[in-house]
Amino acid sequence: MSRRSPLHAQHVALGAQFTDFAGWSMPLRYGSELAEHKVVREAAGLFDLSHMGEIEISGPEAGRVLDYALVGAIGSLAIGRARYTMLCHTNGGVLDDLVVYRQAERKFLVVANASNAAVVRALLGERAHGLSAEVIDRSAETALIAVQGPVAAEIVTAVTGEDLTGLKYYAGRPAVIAGHPVYLARTGYTGEDGFEVYVAAELAEAVWRRIAEAGEPLGLRPAGLACRDTLRLEAGMALYGNELHVGLTPFDAGLGRVVRFDKLGDFVGRSALEARQHTTRALVGLAGKSRRSPRAGQLVKLADGTVVGEITSGAPSPTLGHPIAMAYLDHAHTAAGTEVVVDVRGNAEPAEVVALPFYKRSR
Amino acid sequence: MPVPPELHYTKDHEWITDGPVATVGITAYAAEALGDVVFVQLPEAGAVVSAGEACGEIESTKSVSDLLAPVSGTVTEVNQAVAEDPALLNSDPFGAGWLIRINRAAPDGELLTPDEYDELTAG
Repeated sequence: MSRRSPLHAQHVALGAQFTDFAGWSMPLRYGSELAEHKVVREAAGLFDLSHMGEIEISGPEAGRVLDYALVGAIGSLAIGRARYTMLCHTNGGVLDDLVVYRQAERKFLVVANASNAAVVRALLGERAHGLSAEVIDRSAETALIAVQGPVAAEIVTAVTGEDLTGLKYYAGRPAVIAGHPVYLARTGYTGEDGFEVYVAAELAEAVWRRIAEAGEPLGLRPAGLACRDTLRLEAGMALYGNELHVGLTPFDAGLGRVVRFDKLGDFVGRSALEARQHTTRALVGLAGKSRRSPRAGQLVKLADGTVVGEITSGAPSPTLGHPIAMAYLDHAHTAAGTEVVVDVRGNAEPAEVVALPFYKRSR
Repeated sequence: MPVPPELHYTKDHEWITDGPVATVGITAYAAEALGDVVFVQLPEAGAVVSAGEACGEIESTKSVSDLLAPVSGTVTEVNQAVAEDPALLNSDPFGAGWLIRINRAAPDGELLTPDEYDELTAG
């Protein structure tokens, strides 16, 4: 039996089609995922991300725990700021990519992918051993609602009554929606300006309804996980399980900047990562030149048939109107403009290496 | 959701009409599961297809599925409208979203009745 979001009844009332995702029954789409994708690019989409894992680390040495457990510099984060980081294996392999918020001097919120939440919770607990900090899994009691798109700020201003001009990208602060306390963060994974609202599960419905009502006249519509995937792909963002997995280091994924060798003290994976900075392949974007979209696992070749890489994600881009894909390619073939072919179910489909992201908002 | 009672179905979610020249499409259930269809590749008129074997592809934003021929025969006609506007598969799968017509060359194999197909896709 799949776990259900605290917003499940809302989704049923909205006519959602559900999908099983990491043990959760979550809305895949409410109607057309292409229409939902478009609405996020042109107005705003309302997402339920309650399947994500929320793990709270608190106590005098909470910052030290995270500096030791994760590859990023977390203990030095200012209160109210967030950071994209990773949890790595001792061998340097990526176990999850995370966003960490410093909510107070001694309190952090780690947001994990649904499929990895249990591993993140367990390893944070293990890596906190001997330090004065408490690791509590808040996933079951926390709902996560995201408002993403060009009019997101206008909607969130309306429902919180707050001036958001001072709330930067990758920052968060407490706020009130529908009379209920929430943690409001300017983060997201769609390539748009947007907000994520962390709220107690029992208050989620009231908060969702308030945002939906206020946003509807501005074009806000509920949006499911199907369009979320094409949105993040257009934005060139890595997805755990596709671009990231334990067989790769952050360097392999082109995200070596998240590894902070300059921080004080040892951290799990440091020595392995120091030794694994050299990579043979790089993550690139591919723009498809036919109508057929490359898909994860398909091989990338040169015109003579030499295999030079593999697709990690691919889809027809709703915004650009042609197929796009991310792929790991051998370094010799990663220059923008390089012509390759992708073996799409036995057909050699032409594609060209392009810079990531595929889509960047104009504001 | 009840399916049109005058059609036959396969367990792979194709529908097919009676008669010597059969019209073939995919069911509303299949179209819903695929999501927005963005591309269809269909056989050309004159192609010989075999029951249960792939004769085309249906691509949605998320995935690609084979179109399996429900019966054996020769393709007599291809729906150009759906090739140009694959969204017809989502908006009208049993009507304007039909895919191909096949001149039946052999007795039908195992096809499902509307009731059997409803049962297959219930729940």
